[in-house]
Amino acid sequence: MHELSIVTHVAKTLDEIAEENKLTKIGSVTLQIGEVSGIITDYFTDCWNYFKVKHPLLKDAELKLEMIEAVTFCEDCKQEYKTVEFGRICPYCHSEHTYLLQGNECNIKEIEAENE
Amino acid sequence: MKVIELHRSVTESNDRDAELLRRELKEKGVFFVNLMSAAGSGKTTLLGRTITDLKDEYRIAVLEADIEAKVDAEKIEELGARSIQVHTDGMCHMDAGMTRQGLEEMGLEGIDLAFLENIGNLICPAEFATGASKNVMILSVPEGDDKPLKYPLMFETSDVLLITKMDTLSYFNFDVERCIERVRYLNPSIKVFPVSAKTGEGMDAWENWLRDEIRVWKE
Repeated sequence: MHELSIVTHVAKTLDEIAEENKLTKIGSVTLQIGEVSGIITDYFTDCWNYFKVKHPLLKDAELKLEMIEAVTFCEDCKQEYKTVEFGRICPYCHSEHTYLLQGNECNIKEIEAENE
Repeated sequence: MKVIELHRSVTESNDRDAELLRRELKEKGVFFVNLMSAAGSGKTTLLGRTITDLKDEYRIAVLEADIEAKVDAEKIEELGARSIQVHTDGMCHMDAGMTRQGLEEMGLEGIDLAFLENIGNLICPAEFATGASKNVMILSVPEGDDKPLKYPLMFETSDVLLITKMDTLSYFNFDVERCIERVRYLNPSIKVFPVSAKTGEGMDAWENWLRDEIRVWKE
């Protein structure tokens, strides 16, 4: 499942950060998730709760999710529009020459942690 | 508790692992192809034909990734290539760590050309780098020429597109020109080879591409 493997990648990155900064406990993890990243937040939260109890560093970590709105840019009429509402075709000039400006992210924004 | 700002992409550490693996394979002279497609597109059949055609020139190995079963690895072994089956335990893609583990387990001594037969889907394998020298994707004629519109990332991250099952073209409403146009819009530098592993049509162009790339990789 997609969400579970992303959780394992988050955990791996946090393990590295914990080692670099000598962290003993992580209290919260804030992730930024793009609207069209393909991540289903309900599934993600379930996977997180399933995974964290097996992972001592994350045992007490609260998951905070911030959504990033998906925005598409039209190369022909140079306007921006909401991707989720209109998809790949520009609602202003009906061009197919569009690309995603933001909304595909899956970033670890910040964590709250204790060190030695 | 203190707040530590990170602003890191989740795939960043995997990208690093993949780059390291790519460099190690380059030093060993192993050209490594990550083969991605939907389930049922004919990955194993295409690989089988490619191995049969190239096995006198190169020593070939295949890492077969599947959620379960080992039928693909058995088919490949019969053709005379080294092979190992990796089970991903429900995961929908291979990442650099799993790929490294599989390659180490299989052993790469003396191998010139290795393939990763990634999990069959057009979504997640595109998001996770494996350490491959090149990404190759397959779109088969029965799947339809609209797939570049639906799964753009897969087409954007691939170096080569193989349009397979060309022998079935007359049965489906698949416009090859229109498909290539859609793909080139997403990825102007992608190489496209229409092939049929069954009749052999177009296989020369694909295999010559492999030969050229292997030569450059080993320089």
